[in-house]
Amino acid sequence: MSFSQTELLITSIARLLEGCRHVAVGASSPIPGAGALLARHRCAGGMRVSVLGSIAHNAFTNGGVELFDSAAEGRIDAFFLGGGQIDGEANINLVGTGSYPRGEVRWPGSFGSAYLYYLVPRVILFREEHSRRVMVRKVDFVSAAGVSQAGIYRPGGPYALLTGRCLLMFDRSRRRFTLKSIHPGQTVEEIRDHTGFDFDCPADVPQTPVPDARMLAAIRSTIRDEIAETYPRFAAGLAGA
Amino acid sequence: MNSKSDISLDRLAALVPDGAMLAVPKDSSGVAMAATRELLRRSVRGLHLLCVPTGGIQADILIGAGAVRTIETSAVTMGEYGPAPYFTAEMRESGIEIKDSTCPAVYAALQAAEKGLPFIPLRGLIGTDVLKHRQDWKVIDNPFASGDPIVVLPALRPDFALFHTPLADRYGNVFVGRQRDLMTMAHAASHTLVTVENITDDNLLDDPARAGSVLPSFYVSAIALAPRGAWPLALWDVYPDDEAAIARYLALARTDDGFARFLSEWPDGERAAA
Repeated sequence: MSFSQTELLITSIARLLEGCRHVAVGASSPIPGAGALLARHRCAGGMRVSVLGSIAHNAFTNGGVELFDSAAEGRIDAFFLGGGQIDGEANINLVGTGSYPRGEVRWPGSFGSAYLYYLVPRVILFREEHSRRVMVRKVDFVSAAGVSQAGIYRPGGPYALLTGRCLLMFDRSRRRFTLKSIHPGQTVEEIRDHTGFDFDCPADVPQTPVPDARMLAAIRSTIRDEIAETYPRFAAGLAGA
Repeated sequence: MNSKSDISLDRLAALVPDGAMLAVPKDSSGVAMAATRELLRRSVRGLHLLCVPTGGIQADILIGAGAVRTIETSAVTMGEYGPAPYFTAEMRESGIEIKDSTCPAVYAALQAAEKGLPFIPLRGLIGTDVLKHRQDWKVIDNPFASGDPIVVLPALRPDFALFHTPLADRYGNVFVGRQRDLMTMAHAASHTLVTVENITDDNLLDDPARAGSVLPSFYVSAIALAPRGAWPLALWDVYPDDEAAIARYLALARTDDGFARFLSEWPDGERAAA
């Protein structure tokens, strides 16, 4: 059964969320949102998903602060962050390139990353563009640090980095990514060519598991309808049943 | 009729002096765009704009019009529509001061103010460049446990909170629905200015099912009627974004001439949508 790159990413996210009790999805995150809703669908409602910007899939009633308060209390198991730049120690930059504050390129800002990265146990970094422009040796501005010194309160942190080319897992004690799987059509050499940082690579890297027929059917019906409430344009671009 | 409810939009906007710290909500919470138009009409200058916790088209327009001296925010973006053009350009070129924050820090500092506290601790942040560039934030040792450094933030007490909601009553109470951010802003600010779609004769506090979503009048300095007052932004589930108008802003705001044209077309666009 053929599938799109977007469908591969949605299913990869759903697999990364297995075992979570409560997954939150931030603003401007249609693929993570669809992945989280698919994860919930797969475990038959055994997972709560809170999609910011949604009314139907968001039970928060205490304003914007409730996500941050519940994260600090350990009530959120997984969250998603991105980055204009991401480096090999999983530092992320959402502010801009060059010097600060008057740099070369200015991006929107750090949002909640400088806090949630420290408190949510399973933060999944998601950035579809996998190029040396994004995957850099060292970020120009640390919106949120990948690792902290001993003694800093930090129950949370980076878990995985999912891109349009591959899935990397982060080892917090070694401060390094390891290549976990490569998407269909990619090679390890190509991924190295497009990555500005070093990462560990086992001798034999498997292909990223492709979506099975049941997952594709769910994405093309239930999940498409559910995500359309928050991201109508994104949903319109997904294949139908 | 309460004297502070149902004043005109231009009188409400005139209450904000140059140089004020003005707290405004994120795009989806009820942005007082019509009041923003009136602020620009009287050429407000030198604002310390506090975005709670992020800004969008309102912040971008205020920056484009030269009304902002300092912007304090976790982000400025127009979401699915794209980057905010003036924010993106001015942060590179102009003398506008940026105080980069993170969403929970904006909330926490406002919560300190609503409790009358001088400061509040917040987790996270240690090791970030966000913290490094905030000379007004400090790291202290947790006084109750050794070896636990934690960030403390000074309270943020805005001079004004400004937002738009569907409904107020003639007693000055304001319905804020599920948008608890608006409560926090009003509790923290010295003065709160509200624009609404409608003003009812019923006292909103009389209905127990709704009373928990009502900002009581003693926080509210002035209310003005502004039908379609969030245009071109959505107001909750009352009306959606005017997508064409927002796209037109992005197209026009590529040049200063285009930006001026957007400002001149604004009243007509708002009326057409109402």
